[in-house]
Amino acid sequence: MNKLMKMSALAVAGVALAGMASTAQAVDLNVVSWGGAYTASQINAYHKPYMKANPGVKLNSLDYSGGLAEMRAQTESGNVTWDLVDVVLSDAITGCDEGMFRPIKIDSEMAKAPDGTPASKDFLEGTLLSECFVPQIIYSTVFAYRADAWGGKKPTTMADVFDTKKFPGKRTLQKKPVNNLEWALLADGVPLNKIYDVLDTDAGKDRAFAKLATIKKDVIWWTEGAVPPQLLADGEAVFGTGYNGRWFSAIAEEKQPFAMLWDGQVLDIDGWAVPAKGKNVAAVMKFVKYATDTQRLADQAKYISYGPARKSSGPMVSKHATLGIEMGPHMPTSFADQGFLTNFAWWADNGDEMTERFNAWLLKN
Amino acid sequence: MADNTTAGEVVLAADGLPLKASLNRAMRKSRRRALFLVAPLFIFVLFSFLIPIFDMTMRSVDNWHVSTLMPETTKALEGWDGEAMPEEPVFAALILDLKAGAISREIGKVGTRLNYEKSGLRSMITSSARKSKKVTEGPYKPQVLKMHKRWKELETWKVIKRNTAPYTIGYYLNAVDMKYDNKTGDIVMQSEDRQIYTTLFIRTFAISLAITLICVVLAYPISYLLATLPVRYSNLLMIFVLLPFWTSLLVRTTAWIAMLQSQGVLNDLFVFVGLVDDADRLQLIHNLTGTIIAMTHILLPFMVLPLFSVMKTIPPSYMRAALSLGANPVVAFVRVYMPQTLSGIGAGSILVFILSIGYYITPALVGGTDGTLISNQIAYHMQSSLNWGLAGALGALLLFSVLALYLIYNKIVGIDNMRLG
Repeated sequence: MNKLMKMSALAVAGVALAGMASTAQAVDLNVVSWGGAYTASQINAYHKPYMKANPGVKLNSLDYSGGLAEMRAQTESGNVTWDLVDVVLSDAITGCDEGMFRPIKIDSEMAKAPDGTPASKDFLEGTLLSECFVPQIIYSTVFAYRADAWGGKKPTTMADVFDTKKFPGKRTLQKKPVNNLEWALLADGVPLNKIYDVLDTDAGKDRAFAKLATIKKDVIWWTEGAVPPQLLADGEAVFGTGYNGRWFSAIAEEKQPFAMLWDGQVLDIDGWAVPAKGKNVAAVMKFVKYATDTQRLADQAKYISYGPARKSSGPMVSKHATLGIEMGPHMPTSFADQGFLTNFAWWADNGDEMTERFNAWLLKN
Repeated sequence: MADNTTAGEVVLAADGLPLKASLNRAMRKSRRRALFLVAPLFIFVLFSFLIPIFDMTMRSVDNWHVSTLMPETTKALEGWDGEAMPEEPVFAALILDLKAGAISREIGKVGTRLNYEKSGLRSMITSSARKSKKVTEGPYKPQVLKMHKRWKELETWKVIKRNTAPYTIGYYLNAVDMKYDNKTGDIVMQSEDRQIYTTLFIRTFAISLAITLICVVLAYPISYLLATLPVRYSNLLMIFVLLPFWTSLLVRTTAWIAMLQSQGVLNDLFVFVGLVDDADRLQLIHNLTGTIIAMTHILLPFMVLPLFSVMKTIPPSYMRAALSLGANPVVAFVRVYMPQTLSGIGAGSILVFILSIGYYITPALVGGTDGTLISNQIAYHMQSSLNWGLAGALGALLLFSVLALYLIYNKIVGIDNMRLG
């Protein structure tokens, strides 16, 4: 019966006989996500209640470290074993352009808000940038600093991060040009809404690199997300960039003496993408519809400090499930006006060139 | 056949056949059996090593994207001379390809490929493919030119034309910091602020050489001690060599971070003793120093073990003989003992050198900016940028240079002189 169901699901590409899946027997779905506290929050908010309501479905949670390499390898070999992947928006755009992911009709395939607002209006503006992507959370890449580093002085703006005289000490930044170039321009006095206009010119690129060069000898470059909180905890660095969820757990759960600098935070979106050649498309779409409805997105925020991607979920965000703290002040969405959204189109065109230039710049002394 | 053997010379076996032939047959049977024994390993190596390497190397020259996904445009551009903007038929073909590509959802691959040659072409292709759905009738040229500003540039068409060829050396050019000049089509150096790979190749070889030399210097006395001490002591010492060897690579690397960081054990000790001032602690990690220290530690056993096993076979009587014949201890050591250990040094050096050329986890964790190697770039292009062509080209260059070094080593030292024990 299982085989029959899989075959039929394949044959109809999950459109005409979508109802079959609901009546069919047990199905195993491989759901791939980032691991750690993040996957735990998804299991608690989505997987467990879904499996309880649908005894025939077994959700296997797999971890990966991001990127599309594995997805592309599976697609090219024709043996796609992943049914659902948690991806950042930029990867969803690339994967969609290369035909790895299935296009999704947001309004007809995803749940409405409780008040009947269609899904396309309920997801936050600017989150539906790829037709293969269902938004899930808003996270941000943001600076934190050691609150005890400079006596009573506290940094408040991006310019302070680049001011090594006023705030001496090492900074730890991610070893890639994305975000760093934007922050350099921001610190150099470019207003939030002009960053990409400036960066699109040759003079603007030179300006960004020149500003970044002013702190180059004070930077420790990181590549793994777990590193910056560790460097700050060890006292190796006084400023660090990182995902806001990791800073939250360092501050709220591990009681580290860090503080957030929300100024210039880069908002990014994480969500689901369905592999185009997956074997259980119909069953997966049912799960995605459930997992991205208003209640489920609000539930996830109980376990991790990432903002839900639906407007209707916002007011329902309450207290942390075990710590009992109010989650609102820890959500990047609460400080959205101090941050900006990465311009994915610009980076899709210029990413290769900028990365090469950035790496060459790193090698120069 | 008849003229070089005469009946009288052929030795016959018991069954009347020539002995040579019957011996050959018997040998063939046992050879086949031997082949059967190595078959599992051979098949494993074939599928997990040779085929993937071949595949990746092919990717470094493969240029199927434009010719396969834009067949009409490829055909229409065949006669184009590249002097002036192409004419209407090319644009009509382009629209056909864009529409087909938008439906098959594969046109993004062309965009990705062309963007390697010229930044900005990715969005030109993907956005035009989306807009092409609305185009129903000609003339197509003005409609395409309106889709994206880059269609008006002659350079764009030259890039497309160049990449209609099914094979390219573009990835190799990129891997040695060169490129096609998109205006003239000549091969030129990459602009200075983007040159990175040759520097990294040179650095990788230099660091690997340095690590190999340090390993020889450190491992030689240890191995000597291990080989000459009585067994009960040498066994204990051997465990000290092997214990880190058995420990996970990540554990050892992170242990070095804890040891070497500026608030770490070593710096604390230096400050306590008064060697350095608290304000300017030494930067020992997240740079070249950190990479060399951590990698030397990790690779040291690969030098100690071959050296030890070679030294173990050198009879102590040779040294005694040299001494009794009047050589002083230094001369005896240099002229009698050391030459006999050369094969061990050779084996250890080749192991350590080749292993360090391909290292990437340790440099990624402790290398900072000036301690990362070419393999970190290969990993980046495999996992993040998805530019597998460039990753293949970089990997192939690395592979070929290792093979070249191996051949040179064979010429100078002779691979037969290498001994692992």
